[in-house]
Amino acid sequence: MNIFNIISELEKVDADVHEKLDFFSRRSLFNTLGKKVSALAIPALLATSLQKAYATTSGAIDVLNYALTLEYLENDFYMMGNNASGLIPAAEKPIFTQIGKHESQHVAFLQAALGTKAVAKPKFDFTGKGAFADVFTSYKTFAIVSHALEDTGVRAYKGQAGNLMTAEDKPLLEYALQIHSVEARHASVVRRLLNKNAFVTGAKGWITLNEGSPAAVYAGEDNTTQGGVNLEGIAGKSKQAVTEAFDEPLTKEQVLAIASLFITA
Amino acid sequence: METPRFDSSPVARVKDESVKSVDRRNFLRNAGLTTVAGAVFLAGCDKDDTMTPSATAVDLGSGDVGILNYAYALEQLEAAFYTQVVASPYSGITDAEKTLLTEIRDHEIIHRDFFKAALADKAIPNLEVDFSSIDFSNRASVLGAAKLFEDTGVQAYNGAGKLIQNATYLLLAGKIVSVEARHAAAIRDLLSPNSASFAGDDIIDNNGLDKAVKPADILMAVKGFVKNSINGSNLPTA
Repeated sequence: MNIFNIISELEKVDADVHEKLDFFSRRSLFNTLGKKVSALAIPALLATSLQKAYATTSGAIDVLNYALTLEYLENDFYMMGNNASGLIPAAEKPIFTQIGKHESQHVAFLQAALGTKAVAKPKFDFTGKGAFADVFTSYKTFAIVSHALEDTGVRAYKGQAGNLMTAEDKPLLEYALQIHSVEARHASVVRRLLNKNAFVTGAKGWITLNEGSPAAVYAGEDNTTQGGVNLEGIAGKSKQAVTEAFDEPLTKEQVLAIASLFITA
Repeated sequence: METPRFDSSPVARVKDESVKSVDRRNFLRNAGLTTVAGAVFLAGCDKDDTMTPSATAVDLGSGDVGILNYAYALEQLEAAFYTQVVASPYSGITDAEKTLLTEIRDHEIIHRDFFKAALADKAIPNLEVDFSSIDFSNRASVLGAAKLFEDTGVQAYNGAGKLIQNATYLLLAGKIVSVEARHAAAIRDLLSPNSASFAGDDIIDNNGLDKAVKPADILMAVKGFVKNSINGSNLPTA
């Protein structure tokens, strides 16, 4: 079944087909994405009504549900943070509003791709069982948890790319990469805020060695061996620079250990 | 899947343009990749030679080697750009900006030299860049170009991911693309602080997705910055 062809046929007789499909989709998908992407995305959106997940392989369903769990976590975190009065200074609010918007879009996108296979949202405790007790009253704590969640997200998606390489999963691989780089943009700008606000002096948009807190989020980021080659000293650059130039993946187990700090059920 | 290794020797001694170790050639051989048409074409080019004055035509090759050369070409472009930015800072540059641009320069040089070492005798030659459209004395011109290069880099890696066959190369591309995305956000933050621009609606769609652009379109977009004609027609398309 070629769903895009069906949509094209509908378009010929009904120019408003895209609007009418809003019933179970977000019109933006049809209106702002290119034809190629729509062709791939439409089955995902239809999946819900057809009771058939677009992520069809068990491997992909697994990866996407894992991603969805992390996006639920981020989305709830920013919803609460953005709604906490007096937490985020007005000047920097546009940054967190934009991040929050993306996380809610990621949740919706992954839910659509998973259809009935989507996992339910866990219950979260953003105080990290007490480790970040003032997360929604202290901007510093909020920003620190934010950057840790974003850097974890980047590492988590990176760690799963290799599990989406079958021909069937390749469209999902591309989507996952497209989310991955957005998480990296988020991480970069929040890290820069940490420095700007003197919460973490000298924090940069990128990760130097395995510096950062909580330590588990940055474990292994000091790796200098890429593809079997130790790059220390390449082009006369510092070890710091070499580690900044490559972000490292985390395994699912490592990520879930970090996330479990915030998951209560 | 067999885990490929590029080689096992430290490259600490390998300096910039004089990468000549024999065992780094294992990068491709151990990965079980066959020699491709583009590589045969390049066999006649000694990458370590000083470039001839006239810009040679460059064929990126096919398969994973082609994709790696494609990445290498983009990293060459970025490294050359930031090298010039740091060498001739724009007027009014702040210390913080200079530090940031120097760090990005170093990352891009590391990416470039990594691909050069990894590709070894399969690497395309050094490209000749053409930055005549950029006013290096002007902040807006330089940061505008930096934004373009970084966003383009992100979109290029995102679009190349599904074309890669080898899981190790895919992971490497993933390790680099997120750093390019961090750069892109930082540059955008310099241009438009405290705004949504770092991941702006101009590049992120309504599903919260960055763009993924195919090699042919990327090569067209950067054509004006390279004197060599770059042939990407043998790259995988699916």
